[in-house]
Amino acid sequence: MRVQTRFFAFYRDLLGSTELTVDLPDGATVGDLVSSLRGRGRPFDGLPVAPAVAVNRTYRGLEAHLTDGDEVAFIPPVAGG
Amino acid sequence: MLIEITHDPIDPDAVRRSVGGSHDGAVLLFLGTVRNHNDGRTVDGMEYEAYEEMASEVLRAIAEEAATALGTDRVAVVHRIGSLAVGEVSVAIAVSSPHRAQAYDASRYAIEEIKKRLPVWKREHYTDGERSWVRGQTPRPVEEKANMSEPPSDGRPGSAGAERGKGGMA
Repeated sequence: MRVQTRFFAFYRDLLGSTELTVDLPDGATVGDLVSSLRGRGRPFDGLPVAPAVAVNRTYRGLEAHLTDGDEVAFIPPVAGG
Repeated sequence: MLIEITHDPIDPDAVRRSVGGSHDGAVLLFLGTVRNHNDGRTVDGMEYEAYEEMASEVLRAIAEEAATALGTDRVAVVHRIGSLAVGEVSVAIAVSSPHRAQAYDASRYAIEEIKKRLPVWKREHYTDGERSWVRGQTPRPVEEKANMSEPPSDGRPGSAGAERGKGGMA
């Protein structure tokens, strides 16, 4: 399956990109996606092991299963207000 | 309800007017503004960024929860993004209620939840030309959050420990 990742604020600066399409095995979780990205080495290993993530605009944990076409946003600590 | 993520300057009086108030005894308007210092450094501006599609949805959820706590739907929440100068309004929350206690609770609830879970980030610009992202709070998934904090309807939103991030609003 294929998911669309998005990066904001500090994470965008870290990676130098706003989005990336990632291929994953069927049944992969958010945690698998994070491991896969971090496994690419620099600068991806600068992402936290357990970042906050939103799948299709809802916060989800690392154990959440992904499906083809999901939008997965990496959410740095938020600072609205 | 007026609920908006906007690139335009916020008109506080328009936000206040949107909650009406002629049949209520308490109209409360909260404004978050950009302050001129943080952590001992002089700040001359702030740049706000949002995951806009999600921020609109989260802001609506927060406003609806605040309205539940308030017992009326007379709630307005507007958050600005883009480049703001010192003194400009970054967030406006208006609530209207028959009584002040519910108005204060609902307003406090909305700003605390914005800081906990609205996907918005801000970068301070210092007078020496440097810029840095303001440290914030890590949002939690709902199922996890339900075990960690109180529901909105108990009328006691927010806590003294909620503001862990540095900087931002006074």
